[in-house]
Amino acid sequence: MHELQVTKSILDIVLRHAISNNVTKIVTINLSVGELSDLEDEWIQHYFDYLAKETLAEGAKLKIERIPVVLKCEDCSHSFQVNIKEVKEIQCPECQSKSSTLISGKDYYIKDMEAI
Amino acid sequence: MDEIRLIEIKEDILSDNKVQAEEVRKNLKEKKSFLMNIMSSPGAGKTTLILKTLEKIRDELKVAVMEADIDSKVDAEKIAAQGIEAIQIRTGGFCHMDSTMVAQGLAAMNLGAIDLVILENVGNLVCPAEFDTGANMNVMLLSVPEGDDKPLKYPLMFTISDVLIVHKIDYLELSDFDLKAFRKRALILNPKIKIFEVSSRTGQGVDEWANWLKSEVKAFGGIS
Repeated sequence: MHELQVTKSILDIVLRHAISNNVTKIVTINLSVGELSDLEDEWIQHYFDYLAKETLAEGAKLKIERIPVVLKCEDCSHSFQVNIKEVKEIQCPECQSKSSTLISGKDYYIKDMEAI
Repeated sequence: MDEIRLIEIKEDILSDNKVQAEEVRKNLKEKKSFLMNIMSSPGAGKTTLILKTLEKIRDELKVAVMEADIDSKVDAEKIAAQGIEAIQIRTGGFCHMDSTMVAQGLAAMNLGAIDLVILENVGNLVCPAEFDTGANMNVMLLSVPEGDDKPLKYPLMFTISDVLIVHKIDYLELSDFDLKAFRKRALILNPKIKIFEVSSRTGQGVDEWANWLKSEVKAFGGIS
């Protein structure tokens, strides 16, 4: 539902970088989005196409890489990946501890862009 | 021919909101005001629980309420009718509160004279979870009639909340809500989440919740 606001933010950031790098056209924008996010790829592109009209980013394609949920064990510091929607119980595979903190999976990040 | 260049950006899309949220928290710390952000689906009973909680804490704490709604002020009117300062923020179609809106709301209050600000976020389990409001504590309500499968459908909300209130607990006997399975699902997503079982209608669990909240707010503000 808030894809429009997020998309506006993406556009503002890439245009700022485009100007400081003397870009004439943005071709592709590479994003990293955590698996915990509910953003729909299709809708972000749809809004982006609308917002980017008559800017350096008009027609740019958004490529979204999904970042898996990774937890870090609070007892032995081991990091491990989980499929949060399917897992029955979270337990460190190394030391079987059940206390852990989220270290990735909520990401909302612009990695880079391909531009002319 | 023009060559395609790769330009590194490495920027967080929501960084503006995060920076503003930290500003809000800094301001709250200076003024010794505690901000609690309450989130749930529409109809889970946020306003009713706020009214019940106010009854229990208003003698000891100075409280103000910030109501966020897409386009109405009925909730703020209910709070104000109790003689509590209430500010209505119309999000104008926005599905959540962000830290800029919260900062504007707080600026309209005399924060120095307030111990606790309760933010009633827009009824929605998806979007408010993505936006840091600058709150000191995130509380989510899940009412029994909504079903015990919600941690599977809205994992982010459970992940970012500090407190989970299982609301309308008096409906438990009438439903097939599996409280044990629900607790387990919530704790998988967030082992640190503090869970209260509350019914604003019968009063079950209200004291336990309100007393805990009071002690948290007093500890934050250095109130004895």
